[in-house]
Amino acid sequence: MMSEGVMWLVVVILVALTAITRSFFFLGEQPWSLPLWVERGLKYAPLAALAAIIAPEIVNVAPGGPLGPLDPKWVAAPVAALWAWWRKDMLTTIVIGMAVYLSLKLGVGW
Amino acid sequence: MLDARLWRHPAHRIGMRDMAKVMPGMMAWGLVTGVAMTTSGLPLSVVLAMSLAVFAASAQLSAVPLMVAGAPLWVVCLTALCVNLRFVIFSVQLRPHMMTLPLRWRLVAGYLSADVTYVLTVHRHGASTPASGLNPEPLAYFLGLATVNWLGWNIAALAGIAFASQIPKDWGLAFAGSLALLALLVTLIKDARVAWATTLAAIAAVWGQGLPFRLNIVVAVLVAVGAGLWLERRATRGADQ
Repeated sequence: MMSEGVMWLVVVILVALTAITRSFFFLGEQPWSLPLWVERGLKYAPLAALAAIIAPEIVNVAPGGPLGPLDPKWVAAPVAALWAWWRKDMLTTIVIGMAVYLSLKLGVGW
Repeated sequence: MLDARLWRHPAHRIGMRDMAKVMPGMMAWGLVTGVAMTTSGLPLSVVLAMSLAVFAASAQLSAVPLMVAGAPLWVVCLTALCVNLRFVIFSVQLRPHMMTLPLRWRLVAGYLSADVTYVLTVHRHGASTPASGLNPEPLAYFLGLATVNWLGWNIAALAGIAFASQIPKDWGLAFAGSLALLALLVTLIKDARVAWATTLAAIAAVWGQGLPFRLNIVVAVLVAVGAGLWLERRATRGADQ
């Protein structure tokens, strides 16, 4: 384990790193603009990032290996996605997704 | 510039409302993050400081095991840098609205940018006129999102730290966070091209899970951008013929 002094240093560095990376392209004052195609392409970035955060949480693949054992998330997530698409409601989506997930996991023992 | 115009603007409230809808899921994630940091074995004071000050769950969660293992400082920093890389891309799209702020507030805005804050800001104001003193709406919206997110996240993380030993792992609380983002994602997809690009991004992210530093997210974003542009070009060609 690191010494506690170094840990505090890590905390300070992480705060600075986070702020600087996340504001990276709006730190400089110099005006600049992106090629038009990049700007058009970036339109796909936000939802791609969202999907890229969620997908590995639901489909866990061992590095290089095959899919793991059947996971109740594979049923609960599509059900929740359909519900979200139909009702456009966040809270009920979470409730229904969790209900399906927990009843499969705890109830059926999947 | 961070004056009453931003706090009082109606968009501030809309931002708070939009973020509040995702918060149950985000708070489940905050709770799980708090538990994970506490059970890692780091001293409580460091866990508390990190949780409150860093406000970057993925960077924290990748730094903690390295700190426990006693990795060199530069390894921890490099890891945190790489985990934050996706936000470097995101900052490109936030730039038009941020440049009206002085540097110190731009840094604060960067610090407050989380995934959902970015997604919702760009979804609503990606094509809006750049924010300015006369057009504070995009920033007011961003501020509304960010304040609710910061407060809700930290309350949940503190609860996770406080009750770490009482929260059983098999409740699958983290899955509630995934479900909230899934619901958000599904409601934001507006056309087939975006749907295709997003699906490919999801596949790329799963496929790239073995990559270090959560670089699979960066790869997935690049795949989606490439796919989106290719589909657009194909569509315009089709229209020409």
